[in-house]
Amino acid sequence: MENVYLAIVLAPLIGAIVAGFFGKTIGRAGAHWVANIGVAISFVLSLVVFKHIIIDGAAPFDGTVYTWMVTDGIRFQVGFLIDELTAVMLLVVTFVSFMVHIYTIGYMQDDDGYQRFFSYISLFTFSMLMLVMSNNFLQLFFGWEAVGLVSYLLIGFWYKKESAIYANLKAFLVNRVGDFGFLLGIAAVLMYFNTLDYAEVFQAAPAMANLTIEVLPGTQWSLMTVICILLFIGAMGKSAQMPLHVWLPDSMEGPTPISALIHAATMVTAGIFMVARMSPLYELSETALSVVLIIGALTAFLMGLLGIVQNDIKRVVAYSTLSQLGYMTVALGASAYAAGIFHLLTHAAFKALLFLAAGSVIIAMHHEQDIRKMGNMKKYMPVTWICMLIGSVALIGVPPFAGFFSKDAIISAVHHSHIWGAGFAYIMVVLGVFITAFYSFRMYFLVFHTQERMDEHTKEHLRESPKVVTVPLILLAIPSVLAGMFFVMPMLFEGLFGNAIHVAPEHNVLGEIGEHYTGVMSYIAHGVLELPFWLALAGVGSAWYLYVKRPELPEMFKNKMLWLYNLLVRKYGFDEFNDFFFAGGARGIGKSFWNIGDVKLIDGLLVNGTARTVGWLASKFRHIQTGYLYHYAFAMIIGLVGLVLLFVNQAP
Amino acid sequence: MNIVMPDFAPAIPEMFVLAMACFILIADLYVSDENRFITYLLSLATLVGASLLTINLHTGESVLTFNGTFISDTMADVLKIFIYLVTGVVFIYARGYLQDRNLFKGEFYVLGLFGVLGMMVMVSAHNFLSIYLGLELLSLCLYALVAMHRDSQDASEAAMKYFVLGALASGILLYGMSLLYGVTGTLDIAEFRSNINQIGDPNHVVLVLGLVMVIVGMAFKLGAVPFHMWIPDIYHGAPTAVTLFIGSAPKIAAFAMVMRLLVDGLGGIHAQWQDILIIMSVLSMGIGNIIAIAQTNIKRMLAYSTISHVGFILLGILAGSRAGYSASMFYTIVYAIMSMGGFGMVLLMSRVGFEADKLDDFRGLNERSPWFAFMMLILMFSMAGVPPTVGFYAKLSVLQAVVGADLTWLAVVAIIFSIIGAFYYLRIIKLMYFDKPEDTTPITSNPEMRILLSVNGLGVLALGIFPSSLLALCMAAIPNI
Repeated sequence: MENVYLAIVLAPLIGAIVAGFFGKTIGRAGAHWVANIGVAISFVLSLVVFKHIIIDGAAPFDGTVYTWMVTDGIRFQVGFLIDELTAVMLLVVTFVSFMVHIYTIGYMQDDDGYQRFFSYISLFTFSMLMLVMSNNFLQLFFGWEAVGLVSYLLIGFWYKKESAIYANLKAFLVNRVGDFGFLLGIAAVLMYFNTLDYAEVFQAAPAMANLTIEVLPGTQWSLMTVICILLFIGAMGKSAQMPLHVWLPDSMEGPTPISALIHAATMVTAGIFMVARMSPLYELSETALSVVLIIGALTAFLMGLLGIVQNDIKRVVAYSTLSQLGYMTVALGASAYAAGIFHLLTHAAFKALLFLAAGSVIIAMHHEQDIRKMGNMKKYMPVTWICMLIGSVALIGVPPFAGFFSKDAIISAVHHSHIWGAGFAYIMVVLGVFITAFYSFRMYFLVFHTQERMDEHTKEHLRESPKVVTVPLILLAIPSVLAGMFFVMPMLFEGLFGNAIHVAPEHNVLGEIGEHYTGVMSYIAHGVLELPFWLALAGVGSAWYLYVKRPELPEMFKNKMLWLYNLLVRKYGFDEFNDFFFAGGARGIGKSFWNIGDVKLIDGLLVNGTARTVGWLASKFRHIQTGYLYHYAFAMIIGLVGLVLLFVNQAP
Repeated sequence: MNIVMPDFAPAIPEMFVLAMACFILIADLYVSDENRFITYLLSLATLVGASLLTINLHTGESVLTFNGTFISDTMADVLKIFIYLVTGVVFIYARGYLQDRNLFKGEFYVLGLFGVLGMMVMVSAHNFLSIYLGLELLSLCLYALVAMHRDSQDASEAAMKYFVLGALASGILLYGMSLLYGVTGTLDIAEFRSNINQIGDPNHVVLVLGLVMVIVGMAFKLGAVPFHMWIPDIYHGAPTAVTLFIGSAPKIAAFAMVMRLLVDGLGGIHAQWQDILIIMSVLSMGIGNIIAIAQTNIKRMLAYSTISHVGFILLGILAGSRAGYSASMFYTIVYAIMSMGGFGMVLLMSRVGFEADKLDDFRGLNERSPWFAFMMLILMFSMAGVPPTVGFYAKLSVLQAVVGADLTWLAVVAIIFSIIGAFYYLRIIKLMYFDKPEDTTPITSNPEMRILLSVNGLGVLALGIFPSSLLALCMAAIPNI
């Protein structure tokens, strides 16, 4: 099986290299074939791994592929840990990536950077696979940074567009903040465990549960809490949790396939995956779990609210992604890691579907993204319409669609959790259900129903997208409907994850919930009686009433509560604050350092001063080399005599 | 009389190279100029054959033969393999250059092979006399090679200087050896080591005098300051193909000589020679790096860069630990590979009637050939010690060893000098990428050279990313002492 694991990561890498370096030679078709075949191989092999590990129940694989270096007894290596969690992630990543690869052929067909685009997304797939398959922190960090890099490259894919450059720089900088915490976390692990290997760290962790360290003089902090929160800061950056969420809405400047693959289905869930992977550490610190829970709950609710006032079709979906990432984080905080990963899986399917469907609408609208200029598109694009509807009901959690199972599990888990902050989080996620349904169906009604508001020219060209676009939509719609029913029992209650996820007995909320359910039907029956389901329906109803039945009402509300509207439109002021305080402050500090430190001290005195001295020395010393043989011989004799005098004299 | 036949098996590669060199010498007489490539191919075949023999005969144990004057151990085998490899690459790089200048003669290859034999003997010597024997065989070949371009005044002058100074150094070395023989009564390295301990007084005047002289002799071969004067003139004056040879493989042999003499033979009085090496190492790094800045000729610049690299090689040796020795060995091998690439670039850009040996010839190389500009960039980065090239690991491991020997100040000095040195390496990169070319003639050279030089450059990068195998090899080559 080891060769299979290697092939899974290497196939997309080869695709990326060929499409990237030889793109001109092999042409456009060559590039998409090589990239698609690479990812297809990964996908098929991921199915093999899934069968091997989960269906056949083979023992997890944990082994080294290459030892990069050993220094001070710490091994830096490339290694794979293939357990149940990895197998599930492999399937999610390669499936969505494969769908997006196919879709891209249609979406990007007129773009000049066609080969470059395929090279990037294949490279992304490679990096993401390295991340999820890693068995050590170093490789995790490699994958973490590599996906960040590709995300940066792809947000700025249309590099001549000012807003795209701004957005990718912003994404890069905000992620730097998160990665700094992440790196400190890894450093702390290295410092206290003296290894970067997951297995060794997890084994040694319980013994250190009560260890405290002095971060600031005079304060004692639990080591585990410090490590877990530092690592979680990394997850906050990558998975866009408040207050490091600001980059994700702007990342929509990238091409839509990227929004689906990287900024919805896979990369942004890396943080969720990482915390789940580190469950043996997080279980040792209730403080860290509370932090995770509260941050997640705030993100889930507040980011959902912002979705209501957005008019760009992709941004609505982006805010819904933020909010759903919040749900996943809440699950992690409540120790329901399995529910978090389950939601990650269902979300990957329906959110990729929503993005790609939105992309299909955008193609038809000639890259017009404003939903106020759409309407009644169902008449022109039936396949996209149905797919978008499936995605939306899956998102808001209507049984028996996929999102219902995972979201309901998260809400129940928070309800049963006893850690500090669980009550607050419960209120947030329950209210979030209403918000989610409201903004999702607001967008849905405005795009596919209501009267046609596009101009005549666009209307003439409106038609369903080509097969390469619609087939991935249909293929993604299938798991959006079925994945929930299929996976809910094994993943949440029947221990599909085996030992890959560790939950302390006192935190085992999923275990408590599981006692009430006997199967999928009882789960649905239970869910229909609960509050969230009715809130979701209420959200759909309100959206219908406000935007289809009485379209004049929203304007009225807006004028009545202008302060609230402005607060939401300004996204709570995070961007203004960051621009003013961090960006402006950093520029100010930089400028003063540059003036005083660099120009005067370093350049003036140190650099130019030393350079002048060395240059002067060089011009003098070179004259030692006269070219005369007897000078050379003389120098040797002097050298010999000098050394003899120096060292023989030491003898008594 | 009972004559015991020595065990010839460990020396089979040497005998093979000797036989082949003699055969090529004779065969070459019957080869016309048009068919000279036969000599060339036979020489390459000799090196390949010697590599196969060395690999096959490798046992991992150290075997003494010829009355203890010859040793075959892992270090010898590893170093020999690299000597064959480097020499083979030198032969291939040199072909185009020699053909262009009507120097494509059998002599180059025959002398090269005898030089290789000399190096092999140096690497495998286990007696002061066999060390000296190998050294002289190598040196005589090199003198002749430098003088090979008879019509060139520079080359003749360089050969003369090299010969006279080399003779002086050999004299000093030999005198030092005779003094050491006087103190211990033996020339065998193992016996020598144990006899020295019996003297009791490590500050014995004759012993220290002999030690200093032996070190001076070796320092000359390595090119450490103040015995470095020959290097710039010889590198500059010799035909570039010969410079390429002198600047690469013999350093590996010289390293072996230092290991055999100082570490194996005189390891017991490490404290006595450590200070000498510290002085020479600091001077080499300082003088080498500083004077290199003032050079306008790239061959001279690389000559001074060699001197500074020698300073680094000495650092590892003077640390006096297993890690230090293996770091030095790693550095030496890496240096040989980088130097091969550097001079290879000069060869690549030279053509009939034109020596690309000025720094200005590298101006705007990126516009003329982006790929080879990139190769040069890698090589220069590696020489300057910039990660992720292998030069970084070479410097890092040597510095680690020095810090491990509680000589942190020395490591700091070394870092300061390598920062100064970075200037002239980076200047080449600046010339290549930011200046306009003065000469827009397209770069023409034979395909084998282009491919090999690309492999050379990429190898420096690849070894930098995956250094562990070569590091492990160097560690395995140095036995626990």
